[in-house]
Amino acid sequence: MSNEQSSFVYVTYIRTTPEKLWRALTEAEFTRQYWAGTFQECEWKQGAAWRIMIPDGRLADHGEVLEIEPHRRLVLSWQNEFKPELRAEGFSQLTYLLEPQDDMVKLTVMHEIDRPQSKLIEAVSGGWPLILASLKSLLETGESLAATRKWSEGV
Amino acid sequence: MDTSQFKPKTVYVTYIDAPPAKVWQALIDPAFTRQYFFGFAIDVEPRAGGAFRLLAPDGSTHVSGEVLEWSPPRRLCVTWRVAGMKDFGELPECLVSYDVVQAGGSVQLTMRESHSWEVPEAILQGGQSGWPKILSSLKSLLETGKPLSIATGMPEGFMDAVKKAVAEKPWMKG
Repeated sequence: MSNEQSSFVYVTYIRTTPEKLWRALTEAEFTRQYWAGTFQECEWKQGAAWRIMIPDGRLADHGEVLEIEPHRRLVLSWQNEFKPELRAEGFSQLTYLLEPQDDMVKLTVMHEIDRPQSKLIEAVSGGWPLILASLKSLLETGESLAATRKWSEGV
Repeated sequence: MDTSQFKPKTVYVTYIDAPPAKVWQALIDPAFTRQYFFGFAIDVEPRAGGAFRLLAPDGSTHVSGEVLEWSPPRRLCVTWRVAGMKDFGELPECLVSYDVVQAGGSVQLTMRESHSWEVPEAILQGGQSGWPKILSSLKSLLETGKPLSIATGMPEGFMDAVKKAVAEKPWMKG
């Protein structure tokens, strides 16, 4: 990582298939359960607009699909919309990498932005571990973690 | 021991649907660690100042150290010297801590690997590749009753970096 960049990297191993994990990352019926009630709107093809919506109808973050290889790799540009100090930082880049290993998938999530000491990266660094732990619980047990099932009041 | 020199270099956070006491047990009971920690059995004296070891399946010592903090079920901190890998035992010891915090309906588990010297990135990669495997498997074990079957395996360049550090001993300088 250069001094001009901020980044967050998280790796988790989930007992599932790449196909199922891909659906869980992209489809509303899954994301609502482990990602605080949010859902994404996107055609999931290169160049398509991408939005993630808060359950009350506000826009949380938006961007576009930069690279897409179903079941393997997804790269999104990502700008926060609901917090002015994060929105001011402009676009970050999010990468999901899915690598099958035996009966599991190694999921790598990288969130990066071309600026030092990013508040956005600081904020998502606190959020991703909980969201991804809940995603793993959902796929392995059928139930997400209770704390991630609803959007927090007042946020 | 003065731990103020040690800075966290690798931090991994996960959330587990289990009570704190159960997570604590999984951290300190060899019947659990054997299942999720590459087959290693923990052998720890339950007190500050006590001995800490991770034993390989053949009974040899893989990691040895000393308990710095023993606060069930909230915090465990140990010194950590890898004895079971060539050259590695000559590196300065690091600290490994686990913090267990009740957070909403689940437990937040934070692992910190802290070092007293400017560890080369290629050596840190060892822990950065290993901890997600270990702690993902621990979470699966507690939530589903079944650990993940993940093999150990060191990142490319790791052993060469260890060898170089042992030869040059950068922690002796400055």
